[in-house]
Amino acid sequence: MKVLLKGGRVVDPVQNIEEVLDVLIGEGEIEELGKGLKADPASVEVIDITGMVVFPGLIDMHTHLREPGYEYKETIRTGASAAAAGGFTAVACMANTNPVNDTRSITEFILRRAEEAGLVRVYPISALSMGLEGKNLVEFWDQKEAGAVAISDDGRPVMDSALMRRALEYAASLGLTVISHCEDLNLSAGGTVNEGPASIETGLRGIPSIAEEIMVARDVMIGEYTGAPIHIAHLSTARSVEIVREAKARGVKVTAETAPHYFTLSDRSVYEFDVNAKVNPPLRDEKDVAAIREGLKDGTIDVIASDHAPHAITDKEVEFEYAACGISGLETSLALSLALVFEGYLTLRDLVGKMSVEPAKILGVKGGSLKVGAPADITVVDLNREWTVDTRKFKSKGKNSPFHGFRLRGKPYLTIVGGKVVFRDVE
Amino acid sequence: MITALTRKDILGTKELSVEEIELVLQTAESFIEVSTREIKKVPTLRGKLVINLFFEASTRTRTSFEIAGKRLGADTINIAASTSSVVKGETLIDTARNLEAMNPDVIVIRHSAAGAPHLLAKRLKASIINAGDGAHEHPTQALLDLMTMKEKKGRIAGLKVAIVGDIAHSRVARSNVYALKKMGAQVVVAGPATMLPRDFGQIMGIPVYSQMEEAIKDADVIMMLRIQLEREKQSIFPSLREYAQRFCLTESKVRLAKEDVLIMHPGPMNRGIEISPEVADGPYSVILDQVTNGVAIRMALLYLLAGGARDV
Repeated sequence: MKVLLKGGRVVDPVQNIEEVLDVLIGEGEIEELGKGLKADPASVEVIDITGMVVFPGLIDMHTHLREPGYEYKETIRTGASAAAAGGFTAVACMANTNPVNDTRSITEFILRRAEEAGLVRVYPISALSMGLEGKNLVEFWDQKEAGAVAISDDGRPVMDSALMRRALEYAASLGLTVISHCEDLNLSAGGTVNEGPASIETGLRGIPSIAEEIMVARDVMIGEYTGAPIHIAHLSTARSVEIVREAKARGVKVTAETAPHYFTLSDRSVYEFDVNAKVNPPLRDEKDVAAIREGLKDGTIDVIASDHAPHAITDKEVEFEYAACGISGLETSLALSLALVFEGYLTLRDLVGKMSVEPAKILGVKGGSLKVGAPADITVVDLNREWTVDTRKFKSKGKNSPFHGFRLRGKPYLTIVGGKVVFRDVE
Repeated sequence: MITALTRKDILGTKELSVEEIELVLQTAESFIEVSTREIKKVPTLRGKLVINLFFEASTRTRTSFEIAGKRLGADTINIAASTSSVVKGETLIDTARNLEAMNPDVIVIRHSAAGAPHLLAKRLKASIINAGDGAHEHPTQALLDLMTMKEKKGRIAGLKVAIVGDIAHSRVARSNVYALKKMGAQVVVAGPATMLPRDFGQIMGIPVYSQMEEAIKDADVIMMLRIQLEREKQSIFPSLREYAQRFCLTESKVRLAKEDVLIMHPGPMNRGIEISPEVADGPYSVILDQVTNGVAIRMALLYLLAGGARDV
């Protein structure tokens, strides 16, 4: 059965569209965009979305779905379900599972599990080094053949600059982008919070901003030297933003992402030892938060990704320094990002750019536009809906969020993948 | 002047008010006498249960709390637990909940992880006293230090107090800086640059020196911190030899301070490294008075939390 979305405002920067248009979906594809489309009720399901906005399906290019190996934290099914509830039609998942996704069979396993779940598209990201050990390169070509869309040792920074160089060169030759988790492990060793007032306040070992910035600078330089594209994961500091900005001005093929917590919360969130605000890189200070926002505004930061890192309560309800790092982010990412729109940092088009167009481009996957004939991956959002974050209602197994209790504005109403409604807000 | 503590827990000096600190010091002064009696015991906390839950080795502090409890007539239990929940197989919260099921009135906790007492304070009905958490706070140490200064100098306000050593890793330094500043003392710190957290002076609002001599000049009180010997291996300073040459409190350095300077050390001392034996045992040293006052301070806190005051 076809679906007609009536009365929504379509925001599609690729087609330069931002107006009220009906969207007719047939056979899994966008069939028609137009004003006042008529439909035969016998063969078309009409959904009235007057007052809402219609985005090309949102793509979260940085998630941890935990399967295989850590199914007690999340499974591909629960992660996909959280993604759908968060308005995402596709997610890319990092390789730090157990076993690590460093072989074709793991990529195939992830794709099979995603298929079985039948919710959102799941794009496996291959490890860069075998076992994330930073020594031997993974078979990128084989992984690409199996369906991997990018290369990353996320969670375990690549300390060896020569290995990073080889990875960039080899990946670029296959049309794959390397995603770098920038952290100098010697500088960050033992640290759990931002170095500065947060570490002085709590007595916890600090992670200095230079631990990130030095590696951002290194990776930008390797990218520049090799001519290979590089994507910097989860920028968190002001100087990192500057380094990327300068590199882009020089024409380096660098793209960058940040996560909602880095433009929403500062390191003050850990003063009372809130383990749900423990994340890597750590929450930074107010100046960094402001710089991240500026970087999003001026286009230095291309992508907003959740860095969805679900954990079981047993991983979190311990002493701060023993607690696992990460925030369960899929179900709050959109609303936290919309806050930047309401505060005037971003337009709706910018937001769609950072949460759909650019991720599709960087990963080389379908999506990012509602062109006729494109797969019907669509996110419909009620911008006026105010809601309170309640982690108990998360579809994700990970209830670890510092945003519990936050009052947010804007909530996905419909998530449609390949023409199929995979989430509909019934509240 | 307040006459009771309304807070449930003592987690740090940062959150204590001037009035609360004064109350604790006054209460402690009144308990000094108990420890000098022939029968060193009062029945104030009879029937109360104090659990000392120590996840880090400690002789002085644990014994001090135990004696404090016993002198007030409380039942005291000492538990030496393994540091890491990962090793132990039971979480800190579970351990504490099990203890709480036995109805303690106060749990005194020392833990290598900063914030561990705060975790318990949020979850348990019992009063929690922080006996040292990581490099965060050690409030009872700071309070006994203040008590000793007040006892010897008659005041705290206006004293120049120099804290010297590994400031970055010291919970004693943090708790003392917070408490002393509140009480009007002039606090300065000194140590090797690698042991002074970046922006520490600016955040705490105190002068910071990497030359010890500048810090102790005209000081009323010099507080030497214990150097943790394993820091040498972590390359936080080049060698113990060099550390001792630059930062050991010797008699010649003492002469830079005021004539009636007090020399303090939270212990345990590394004689010949951060403090010379002559200074440690010399006429200005009040190191053992600190230990004596430690019992009184802990009696005061146990009393104010479990005792009498909240019941009145």
